[in-house]
Amino acid sequence: MHNQSHEINSTEPIIKVDKLVKRFGNFEANKSLCFHVDKGEIFGFLGANGAGKTTAMRILSGLSKPTSGEVWVAGFNVNTHPESIKKNIGYMSQKFSLFEDLTIWENMRFFSAVYSMSKKQFKERGQELLQELGIWEERNRMVHDLSLGWKQKLAFTVAIMHKPAIVFLDEPTSGVDPITRRQFWEMIYEASAEGITVFVTTHYMDEAEYCNRVSIMVDGRIDALDTPENLKKQFNALNMNEVFIKLARPAVNSSQ
Amino acid sequence: MISIKNISKSFEDIQAVKDVSIQIEEGELFGLLGPDGAGKSTLLRMVNSLMIPDEGTIRLWDLDPVKDYKKVRYIIGYMPGKFSLYTDLTIEENLEFFATVFGTTVEENYYLIKDIYQQIEPFKNRRAGKLSGGMKQKLALSCALIHKPKLLVLDEPTTGVDAVSRAEFWEMLQSLKEKGITIIVSTPYMDEAQLCDRVALMQGGEIHACDKPAHIVQQFQYPIRGVKTSNIYKALLDLRTYKSTHNVYPFGEFLHWVSKEQLFNDEEVIIFLKDRGHLNVQVRDIDPDIEDCFIELTQFNEKINA
Repeated sequence: MHNQSHEINSTEPIIKVDKLVKRFGNFEANKSLCFHVDKGEIFGFLGANGAGKTTAMRILSGLSKPTSGEVWVAGFNVNTHPESIKKNIGYMSQKFSLFEDLTIWENMRFFSAVYSMSKKQFKERGQELLQELGIWEERNRMVHDLSLGWKQKLAFTVAIMHKPAIVFLDEPTSGVDPITRRQFWEMIYEASAEGITVFVTTHYMDEAEYCNRVSIMVDGRIDALDTPENLKKQFNALNMNEVFIKLARPAVNSSQ
Repeated sequence: MISIKNISKSFEDIQAVKDVSIQIEEGELFGLLGPDGAGKSTLLRMVNSLMIPDEGTIRLWDLDPVKDYKKVRYIIGYMPGKFSLYTDLTIEENLEFFATVFGTTVEENYYLIKDIYQQIEPFKNRRAGKLSGGMKQKLALSCALIHKPKLLVLDEPTTGVDAVSRAEFWEMLQSLKEKGITIIVSTPYMDEAQLCDRVALMQGGEIHACDKPAHIVQQFQYPIRGVKTSNIYKALLDLRTYKSTHNVYPFGEFLHWVSKEQLFNDEEVIIFLKDRGHLNVQVRDIDPDIEDCFIELTQFNEKINA
């Protein structure tokens, strides 16, 4: 909850990663990562399949521990306080974890309890969010009756219902149509305007340009990190797709 | 030549494909563009004889996939969306299996798959289940080609694949097209349209446009501009209230602003935004692309149910 992260100074980064290494046996999935994310930022975390994004995301969300290095998320150290981190973040994966055989409202109530929201908080916040989405009247529909696009919007809503300091989005827009994809990004903008930090992975390179800053992982390292505008200049590229291909192509080929 | 005429298919109360008609020429690289649930896979399965249409007819050259399904399966190579090879067989065993099933040998048609197969050949004794996504994709394509099909049907081969592997996959398709194989490929990625000879835009079971990508783009009837300010989200909300706005949405670094008036002055848009406190206002000329067309053609289709 918000009140638990009161110790965060507003100028202090919300995520700090210092020499993060993660090894699985002989394989080094994360090779001494160093970066930070500012509060309220939309941070794009890009990389080819197998570059080490998911490994790093799992560590940042308190699900796994680094082999070495220091990681602070929302003011907590992942080595010592992973449970406090989990309470202060929201997480949405590409296989969103909604219950298909519960209604929209029941799903929201379930997750509000997981995040220890009071009944009153849940009712107010739940109604506010569904009205914004324009589906308040539809709240008793079963989730399995919803289209993919609406499931994604609902999964995002559930992930930010408890006003987390940070929301992690793992390929949130895979497979949806161009209009829904944009509606989804408007929700991201809105959350960011409310002060929620957004940490997002995607394979759509045009979406990388909606981010304030973007990092590109190659072979377990962060090979580039800057605003999309600066990256395009630095790599003399027309768009982020070109930037990505210039950086990631040699690595993808050598690993096959 | 492939002819699809007035094809419809329903599952219980959902009409997955609605009265679709498309002609595909011999040797064409044809793209079927649309999101999940558009009806792309259902249409492809009717083309390749795995599903029977409720209404309409399909001809693959002179063959009918319903009556001549056995012959159709010899002339088609099919790569389904889900990886469907034998995970407990090696790369080499999978390839030999598919060659044998079709009464041919790997050697006979090796020239067709050589460029693709060579990239995974060093790992030919590895089991298919242990391969990376990119390698699985190359093996699946090799197996779909080993009987030298006239028509290659690929269902979302690039979904969930990173931008580098996607670019390489399209290069492989180009070289197969040059060898004379007709290719139908479905994809949710709008930017892949430009790599096809012709595309059909599909959503809600219907085809909303079917033409060369350049022709579809030419038919976009509204003026369009790229707009950027230092607060792009607020600019989006503000432009929604502007009198000349037909549509406005995020598009990479810029917003795409579509005007409902053919004649207007960029300066008025800039003043409108500056009056609302925007800094660093940029308005630039842009050309619409396939995604703009898709948005225009499908924007009134939103439903909450699946």
